[in-house]
Amino acid sequence: MAWGYILGFNNMFGSSGMAEESGMFRVHQTIGSVLCCKCGIPMQPNAANMCVKCLRSEVDITEGLLKRLVLVHCPECESYLQPPRSWVKLQLESKELLTFCLKKLQKNLNSNKVRLVHAEFIWTEPHSRRVKVKVRVQKEVLNGAILEQSYPVEYVQQEHMCESCSRVQANPDQWVAAVQLRQHVSHRRTFFYLEQLILKHGAAASAIRIKQMEQGIDFFFSNRSHGVKFVEFIGKVAPVRSRHDRQLVSHDPKSNNYNYKYTFSVELSPICREDLICLPPKLAVSLGNIGPIVICTKVTNSIALLDPFTLRHCFLDADQYWRASFKSLLTSRQLVEYIVLDVEVVSSEVTIGGTKYRLADAQIARLSDFGKNDTIFNVKTHLGHLLNPGDYALGYDLYGANSNDMELDKYKGLVLPEAVLIKKSYEEKRQKKRGKPRAWKLKSLEMEVDDKGRVDQDKMLSEYEQFLKDLEENPDMRFNISLYRNKEYQPSEMASVTDGDELPSVPLEELLADLDLSENEDEEDNMTE
Amino acid sequence: MATRLQFENNCEVGVFSKLTNAYCLVAIGGSENFYSVFESELADVIPVVKTSIGGTRIIGRLCAGNKNGLLLPHTTTDQELQHLRNSLPDQVVVQRVDERLSALGNCIACNDHVALTHTDLDRETEEMIADVLGVEVFRQTIAGNILVGSYCAFSNRGGLVHPHTSIEDLDELSTLLQVPLVAGTVNRGSEVIAAGMTVNDWTAFCGSDTTATELSVIESVFKLREAQPSAIVDEMRKSLIDTYV
Repeated sequence: MAWGYILGFNNMFGSSGMAEESGMFRVHQTIGSVLCCKCGIPMQPNAANMCVKCLRSEVDITEGLLKRLVLVHCPECESYLQPPRSWVKLQLESKELLTFCLKKLQKNLNSNKVRLVHAEFIWTEPHSRRVKVKVRVQKEVLNGAILEQSYPVEYVQQEHMCESCSRVQANPDQWVAAVQLRQHVSHRRTFFYLEQLILKHGAAASAIRIKQMEQGIDFFFSNRSHGVKFVEFIGKVAPVRSRHDRQLVSHDPKSNNYNYKYTFSVELSPICREDLICLPPKLAVSLGNIGPIVICTKVTNSIALLDPFTLRHCFLDADQYWRASFKSLLTSRQLVEYIVLDVEVVSSEVTIGGTKYRLADAQIARLSDFGKNDTIFNVKTHLGHLLNPGDYALGYDLYGANSNDMELDKYKGLVLPEAVLIKKSYEEKRQKKRGKPRAWKLKSLEMEVDDKGRVDQDKMLSEYEQFLKDLEENPDMRFNISLYRNKEYQPSEMASVTDGDELPSVPLEELLADLDLSENEDEEDNMTE
Repeated sequence: MATRLQFENNCEVGVFSKLTNAYCLVAIGGSENFYSVFESELADVIPVVKTSIGGTRIIGRLCAGNKNGLLLPHTTTDQELQHLRNSLPDQVVVQRVDERLSALGNCIACNDHVALTHTDLDRETEEMIADVLGVEVFRQTIAGNILVGSYCAFSNRGGLVHPHTSIEDLDELSTLLQVPLVAGTVNRGSEVIAAGMTVNDWTAFCGSDTTATELSVIESVFKLREAQPSAIVDEMRKSLIDTYV
């Protein structure tokens, strides 16, 4: 109580200390001026009680800081060395270059207990090989006063070619790792599809050269790790078997550095979509006695097989396949066109792996026989949900085929079906649309073509056309691929005329706009998106 | 006149000495230089006494006094008390104070008429100050610091306070003390005024780091330029003698 009274008493004079308590009357405090203890000019009191000029003359906080540093620069690729070995591409007067320069100063600043407040570039001529940065720092001096000073730091640019540029200069075709992708089949459908996948995921961004060979493609990289990364990517999207080797190019006995060339041989499995396969007996038994005649429905990093007569399915992954290593009985080259005369649905619709199937009995006749003779086949098919009498379908003609497959011989008493239908044919409708451009386009990789004349241009074109038709008909194939809007496409007036069921086409929502496929596009742009 | 000196290479002379109008106390140092400076200035006018308080040398910060009396902390030994009683003039009352805050030099700043004290000082101590030193006591703070004895030094002619004191505070203190006050520094920007210098009505002693600017401020506010010890005596004589026969 008495203490409270004294507080009140003192407050009559407006004491500054007591007025810190809340609710009390506070007098406005004006800071008086004192004389600087060195030069005697009146100034506001501060922790050092010296005017700024005297303080600055006394203490130089930039003492001991680096003022001149070296930046190593590669003139070919405009990149700067980040010790010990990496090179970063930086533009002059950019934020990244400022960060890069300041990082070099940081350790020196910290050891001098100086804090960085602000930094900016001072303009220098681009060819002067100097980068100047004005840096403002703060440091605590004497008894708690913080002094701020700015000073210029000069970076001298030393020209030194980086390793990759020097290697390119020495021998532009020099590669360190090569990946040889091969598939021993007579068509290139898989490679068209792989090409689109590679483009979408940018897996070949680091390839220095891509060469098209017969039955495959060669990719060349400047770094072994790029090659390994590419092989792993392929291994994720296709069932492959690979081996790798290296060859000594040069060897430095003093520092024990060995330079190698690495090659990766990657073999894709010859099984493709829509192939007819006769499984070897051991494999069929291990897969649960699935009928030896199966169709391959999907190939990713595992092979999906479907028994068309019982609608049973199974998967084989790459290891399993390569252990058994069977070939297909008939491939899509040998597809024959049939006309469906009658369809009788046997079971209900089943969804396997995202696609619908329905078991049905169908009466079909080969298109070549139709009208000429009465050869009719009664077959079981899995396309009951698609086919109607009068439709056209493509399938394998086992009745007329002469297969000398070793696996087939292993089965004693196997009754082969006369035909196995694979897919519905839209050929008739396609006839009407022949020659009209599509609404969408695909990009392609920059490939060197082996010009020895072995490659048949017409065959390639027709295979490519077939691939595009496949893309239109199969939405799940399009899943992993980027399709681009074709600017030249004009929807024709005939599109309004519908006739029966529509030709399957790619809906516009799936198309990616914003791609300029004009002729003046660079090579780089082709490989990256 | 203001003199610059050092105690054993340390510029904080206010810690090791106590100067009043009637006597001067000096700490016992390794060398006689400190003592001889004081002697050369003051010997013929006031006694300069070498002492320790409680066995320490920081006597300037432990005791508080003016021409009327001297207050010592409870840590003073009996021998020191007796020595001081013997050495100082009879009109100076030497008193030992039992106070929790024993650094009386930091807690009390006084001249011959007014004293400023630490806000937490005991009631009895305050009465004793009023009694022994014959002054009016005010509890105050200086620039928010409660150790008033450290952050200001004043004599009967003027005073120097902590540089961060605001103008309103300066006016208030000046009214209380009835002397002109100025905010300034000593010993090259040090804010602890009373530790860096010691002053009486005609002379001052500062640490040797004190710059010329600070010295001129000190000389002007304490009015030391024209001050001579004899001047005071002459003034007194003028008032004493009213007629010549």
